[in-house]
Amino acid sequence: MAKELIRLTNLTMTFEDGETILKGINLYINDHEFLTLLGPSGCGKTTTLRMIGGFLTPTSGEILFDGQRINELPPHKRKINTVFQRYALFPHLDVYDNIAFGLRLAKLSEREIDERVMEMLDIVSLKGFENRKVTSLSGGQQQRVAIARALVNRPKVLLLDEPLGALDLRLRKDMQNELKRIQQAMGITFIYVTHDQEEALTMSDTIVVMDKGHIQQIGRPEDIYNEPKNAFVADFIGESNILDGIMRQDLLVEFFGRQFPCIDKGFARDEPVDVVIRPEDIDIVPADDGHLCGTVTAITFKGVHYDIIVDFKGFKWLIQSTDYQEVGSYIGIRLNPEDIHVMKKSEYSGMFGDYSSYSAEYDEIAEGGEDEE
Amino acid sequence: MKSKWLSGPYVIWMVLFTLIPLGIVFYFAFTDGAGQFTLANIQRLGAYLPILLRSAWMSIFSSILCLLIGYPVAYCMSKASPTRQKIYYMLIMLPMCLSFLLRTMAWVSLLEDTGIINNALRSLGLSPLPLIRNTGAVILGMVYNYLPFMIMPLYTVLIKIDRRLIEAAQDLGCNQVQVFTKVILPLSVPGIVSGITMVFVPAVSTFYISQKLGSPGAVLIGDVIESQFKGAYNPNLGAAMSLILMALIFLCVGLMNHFSGTDDEEGVATL
Repeated sequence: MAKELIRLTNLTMTFEDGETILKGINLYINDHEFLTLLGPSGCGKTTTLRMIGGFLTPTSGEILFDGQRINELPPHKRKINTVFQRYALFPHLDVYDNIAFGLRLAKLSEREIDERVMEMLDIVSLKGFENRKVTSLSGGQQQRVAIARALVNRPKVLLLDEPLGALDLRLRKDMQNELKRIQQAMGITFIYVTHDQEEALTMSDTIVVMDKGHIQQIGRPEDIYNEPKNAFVADFIGESNILDGIMRQDLLVEFFGRQFPCIDKGFARDEPVDVVIRPEDIDIVPADDGHLCGTVTAITFKGVHYDIIVDFKGFKWLIQSTDYQEVGSYIGIRLNPEDIHVMKKSEYSGMFGDYSSYSAEYDEIAEGGEDEE
Repeated sequence: MKSKWLSGPYVIWMVLFTLIPLGIVFYFAFTDGAGQFTLANIQRLGAYLPILLRSAWMSIFSSILCLLIGYPVAYCMSKASPTRQKIYYMLIMLPMCLSFLLRTMAWVSLLEDTGIINNALRSLGLSPLPLIRNTGAVILGMVYNYLPFMIMPLYTVLIKIDRRLIEAAQDLGCNQVQVFTKVILPLSVPGIVSGITMVFVPAVSTFYISQKLGSPGAVLIGDVIESQFKGAYNPNLGAAMSLILMALIFLCVGLMNHFSGTDDEEGVATL
């Protein structure tokens, strides 16, 4: 049983302008866990992180650290360090002095400081960069200095606020692996904020999906992906076709006027539900063999697979397949029980999961506001 | 390459009104009244060394006073809300909208023996104070006149400091005082340097303030230069003095920039 380290209870935050950013966050975080707060701009993930770091005081609710209430404890008295968005390295100090900053404040001996800084430089693969100016480093290098500067203090918890947002794709992938490796090697709790679902799925032990100041779902990456709780989570994590359905009985759901066996139960008889079908789970078959039949309206090559848009009675689905389909061809699809995921109706029902306005750039996450507060 | 012509008007301006006049100053400094080459003007400057030093220490002292008064103001300004920042900015610039001569004259009528302050003291039955015609009054005049030149560059540097750097410092263990000494102060050094430069340079060559507020015997180098042209009709000596003063100012500014380490951007980013 993992030990609980941080607990957030009924946390709310209303800013001076009257805007309520957090509406009752309840969350506990275990020691040595890699936990990711995932959500779109303005969902409250950064606000939550800043409260844990001590840069914001919640309007109401409690933050417990090791069982102690720390709501009003200033940042410099918390055993928590932060890797800031865009690094926030001290431009007047070189790499070495940036990393040694916290150790000098802790009044360690110069010998110990030297040992620990050098050890950290090794861990983040920046040996030989001690005397470089931080302004002369590339984004990836600055990133690693920022991580070293925080980790060298051996905090109980490391907070990371979209740390890879400013890096290019290739570097981001490398850093994801490196962060995960560092976290496991040092056994430190990481709380990671991102709007990038793939990043969250790759690195996390636990993902907390947030939207509009509420936690939408907490779970392991596989659970979040395979068993999304509502249409928001299903749409935000990966691609989803979301349809209106009716739960006829346990293990039997009806949509498009047809009943499908599924693996979900525990709904009321004839309860209206949202049905999620992941585009990569759908099998394309000749029209005669299909559970449903539709017309291909668009196809886009994505590298590993094709994105195929198929019109089923006016509702457009996204299907991912490695096989090419001619636009205009009439095809069938088959759905296995485990390909169908049934969710309760929520405020998000009907807002997502229709690919009528599909554009090939759907997976370029259109996030402008990295400066989200 | 056409764009270089855009600076043409200024180049002409600079040649006509800076380089050529500077050449004339050089010419006068190294010639006598008859136009013959001589080093006599430079050699005679030794006699004025005490005045030069006096001007220098008074300007340095004024610069430090301006820094001590101006830094907290600039700091508070940079922390205020945007609307308040605009108001403070306007208030600080307000005296600059009045003529320099008028402002100095106003100080005369405040400080003189029959001025507003001493009259007020007398009417209260107190003995008047010697407020004018001393070093203190000149320094007061300098500080009053040049203080905005200190506050502005400091303010500009302070508002540019990334809030995240302050949070990073707190995060790494700085209390309020340490945030200031370890991050804000070092990052505002460029503002301090340019503030001191902008106060020191005009203060060291000023002449009007000392004439109006200082004691008649204790002139500054600016007054002496002025008198060479207007009173003594010795433009050659005046030119030599200007030249030396200019060289000294260059030296001071150069030294200050050197020690503040504003020579960054070396090394190339790799990876």
